[in-house]
Amino acid sequence: MEILMSLLIGVIFMSATYLMLSKSLLRIIVGTGLLSHGVHLLLLTMGGLKRGAAPLLGQQAEAYTDPLPQALILTAIVISFGITALFLVVAYRSYQELGTDNMELMRGKEGNE
Amino acid sequence: MSLLHLAIIAPFILAIFVPSLHKALPKIHTGWFLLPLPIVLFSYFLSFLPQIIRGETTMETLNWIPSLGINFSARVDGLGLLFSLLITGIGALVVLYSIYYLSKEKEKLNQFYVYLLLFMGAMLGVVLSDNMVVLYGFWELTSFSSFLLIGYWNHRERSRYGAQKSMLITVFGGLSMLGGMILLYLMTGTFSISETIAMAATIYGHELFIPALICILLGAFTKSAQFPFHIWLPDAMEAPTPVSAYLHSATMVKAGIYLVARLTPVFALSGLWVWLVAGFGILTLFWGSFSAVKHNDLKGILAYSTISQLGLIMSLLGLGAAAIHYPAVEAGFYTVAVSAAVFHLINHATFKGSLFMMVGIVDHETGTRDIRKLGGLMSIMPITFTIAVIGSFSMAGLPPFNGFLSKEMFFTGMIRAQEIGFFNMETLGLIFPIVAWVASVFTFLYSMIIVFKTFTGKYQPEKLEVKPHEAPLGMLISPIILVSLVVVIGLFPNIVAPLINSVMASILPSLVAEGMKFDVHIYHWHGFTPELFMTIGVIVVGILLYKFMPRWTGIYNRMPEKFSLNSAYDNGLAGIQKGANRFTNAYMTNSIRTYLLYIFTFLILSLGTTLIVKNAFVLDTANVANIHAFELVLVIIIAIGSVSILFVKSRMTSIILLGSVGYAVSLFYAIFRAPDLALTQLVIETVSVALFLLAFYHLPKVNKNEEHMRFKMGNAVISIGVGVVVSLIALSAHSSKAFDSISQYYIENTYKKAGGENMVNVILVDFRGFDTLFEIAVLAIAALGIFSLIKLRLTRGKEQG
Amino acid sequence: MKTNNVILETATKVILFIILLFSVYMFFAGHYEPGGGFIGGLMASGAIVLLLIAYDLKTVRKILPFDFKKVTALGLLFAAGTAAGGLFFDKPLLTHWFTYVYPPILGKMSLHTAVIFDTGVFLVVVGVTMTIIQTIGESE
Repeated sequence: MEILMSLLIGVIFMSATYLMLSKSLLRIIVGTGLLSHGVHLLLLTMGGLKRGAAPLLGQQAEAYTDPLPQALILTAIVISFGITALFLVVAYRSYQELGTDNMELMRGKEGNE
Repeated sequence: MSLLHLAIIAPFILAIFVPSLHKALPKIHTGWFLLPLPIVLFSYFLSFLPQIIRGETTMETLNWIPSLGINFSARVDGLGLLFSLLITGIGALVVLYSIYYLSKEKEKLNQFYVYLLLFMGAMLGVVLSDNMVVLYGFWELTSFSSFLLIGYWNHRERSRYGAQKSMLITVFGGLSMLGGMILLYLMTGTFSISETIAMAATIYGHELFIPALICILLGAFTKSAQFPFHIWLPDAMEAPTPVSAYLHSATMVKAGIYLVARLTPVFALSGLWVWLVAGFGILTLFWGSFSAVKHNDLKGILAYSTISQLGLIMSLLGLGAAAIHYPAVEAGFYTVAVSAAVFHLINHATFKGSLFMMVGIVDHETGTRDIRKLGGLMSIMPITFTIAVIGSFSMAGLPPFNGFLSKEMFFTGMIRAQEIGFFNMETLGLIFPIVAWVASVFTFLYSMIIVFKTFTGKYQPEKLEVKPHEAPLGMLISPIILVSLVVVIGLFPNIVAPLINSVMASILPSLVAEGMKFDVHIYHWHGFTPELFMTIGVIVVGILLYKFMPRWTGIYNRMPEKFSLNSAYDNGLAGIQKGANRFTNAYMTNSIRTYLLYIFTFLILSLGTTLIVKNAFVLDTANVANIHAFELVLVIIIAIGSVSILFVKSRMTSIILLGSVGYAVSLFYAIFRAPDLALTQLVIETVSVALFLLAFYHLPKVNKNEEHMRFKMGNAVISIGVGVVVSLIALSAHSSKAFDSISQYYIENTYKKAGGENMVNVILVDFRGFDTLFEIAVLAIAALGIFSLIKLRLTRGKEQG
Repeated sequence: MKTNNVILETATKVILFIILLFSVYMFFAGHYEPGGGFIGGLMASGAIVLLLIAYDLKTVRKILPFDFKKVTALGLLFAAGTAAGGLFFDKPLLTHWFTYVYPPILGKMSLHTAVIFDTGVFLVVVGVTMTIIQTIGESE
């Protein structure tokens, strides 16, 4: 399972990178969203999969899965939500102001000094 | 939380209420609300005096981050108490003075007093902390509050320049001091100052000893405006005069002296310390007094005079530190320098404080501080004149004022430098008394300039903007209290002797340990000693130089402005800015794609190289979880979903695809025993899709027609590279376990220590609560960012339209 | 664009409370079962989003007349306050405290300062989500 997941993570990262490198701001945002999914799965896979019961002591199990990656991922999910929302608003505002979502056209020359 | 901690925090607490008090009661000058605080604190610290004189110290500890050895431990000993008394005592006088100096109609008093309280609390924290990290925190806070106070009149270009300059120099020093403290920590394993002092002998000889010493001294020298870092202090005079009197003469600039005195027991075993502190001190003493003479601005003169007096105290501390090398019986001969330093510290606070306030009065009543425009004010402002005479004569070292006594002790300490039998002092020690004498001549000279150029000579009312008259009584109270102290200490110097003794005990604890009792007696008359002849020489030569000033002041013009330290600072700063600009422009193309390319290429290269060079790639196929059919289905869904986003044109389809990937991921969480994650992901995915739909409603279609084939190929290569590298890393991370997992700790302690059963939640709110605290802070910032992005622009549009 | 969607509106009226109740349950169960401030908060904001979809911004504003920025700030204050609370008892930052009480009828109950911290998280999450959605919604 871990090997399969590693390959899947590679595929997600690849698509995310490709999206982020494109010119459209919109695709970049979708790319970052995808990238965070990849990172979360990577964290989870690194901690080992299905090594025991869910990390709830109420389960009275012999072994539990590693709770730390889960806590990290939970934090990361919420943060990435905030970031995505911020990105969306930046995209929306810049489209309103500049009339484009093409990053190459947005390269302002002022403010270079 | 003890009373002592409360005393340090009290100014901060009051600062919170100042703006609302200012708003609620605009008719009352905000300063009146502040005044009780320093008075109460002063009496509180006075109550420590008897026990300090008995030789006892008080230590109160508040745990802060005990796992890192960082605790808010406050310690009152002689040195700390002396400074606390100065901070609160002068603080009270300065607040009183400021009430009359700053008009409540014109000035932003709420800001001013918040900054001032911030400084007062920070400074108390500096001198009472026994923990170096806490000390550092308060130390930087004094720099910040000083920055805010110098730039208080922020519409003036000079104020902003001065504020920035002081900030850059003192924060640079503060950072290097932090470096020094960390080096000390590496040697001792503790941040506590008192424990570090106890380990002084083991530190000496450690290879990090010299770097630590230099780093700490950089901090002290920048703060106390020692040559060549003194250049910020004259520009700091742009601050309102009460601030100059308080921060830039009586308290903050003495933080460096405090640090040197505090750490003398740690470093004084080294000859380098003695030489650096004494050497830079004496150099500063000379340069400050020499430069003061050429200035026409009264505050400029006082700034350079402060620099030179700080150098004087510094050099005495440096030479006095040599006493540690002698057994207690002989050490008394050398500790004179330390007692002179402490005594002069007190005296300087009194006479320089009164002089600054005097200059403030002159400025306030005449509208100028330029001595070329002033003159003949003696009959118009008789009380101010008296204050000026007493303050200046004391500064010049004339009897019967306190400055005379400490100046004599200063000469004694300097003469005895030659007797120190090591560190090459036998031969080079002669420099000290000579330079000290020359500097004293200039000190005498500028003291006379302050008095006589302002108050005697021709009265020139036509050059003044306002008609001068004596200041209101309220403004005169504070300087009068200070000059009466000058006279009282001058006549009965031994009333401060017990305090000096206890301060010396904290600067030279090793001598106390050997059984030495400090017993300072200050005499007016020593007989016909070299010191007396030196003083007479200073007066004679000083008067001659004053009489013939126009003949020799030409030497100041010989020094071209180009080579001055100030222009070095200005050019250096401009150079750094220009260089940084050029460097930045070289790689900042303003195209986000270029930046992402840098990042991804770096990722591939660095991680890929590490994998190859370190031979880190391992594949462990034995220890893997089994695959179920529905898991395979999920994998295929995610893979197809994420790849097909690349090819769709409609924005709706891409949102739906992203959402389906997200939901599939949340199913994975459920399968992989992470119920919390599965729930969170499900809800977040729903809210995000709603959000995407809201925002995408306004955005154009996903447009991919304009992308060329080459562009696409380049992107494809990079993305495949990233994908492969990440896959390899994921595989190796799974296959090789360098360390044991720490999850066992959480499993064992979740119920025992945190009383919970859901480990993930307990980690979030308890074990790693700090992360969560910052995380929600980040979320709040993101929300505010979104809010301002949309709302602020809308209101501006309305205003324009 | 006011559309009359009777089914959605009626369903929302019922479901809303179920979701909100469930979110509160999730929040309090968090220390022992899956749940906690994040999930609870997100679920509560999900319920409000449902309300938004069924009705419109103005109605929601009338029902919930809070400034959600202030809710966020309040949440941060809760969390930071709990974090700093330990200092007053001479404990390091973020030290939590808990005990068990045995009230009649209900049986064993545990009291945690961590719950106050989690309340902060809950409020911040609700506040942030709603601030974002309301601001974007209103900008049209």
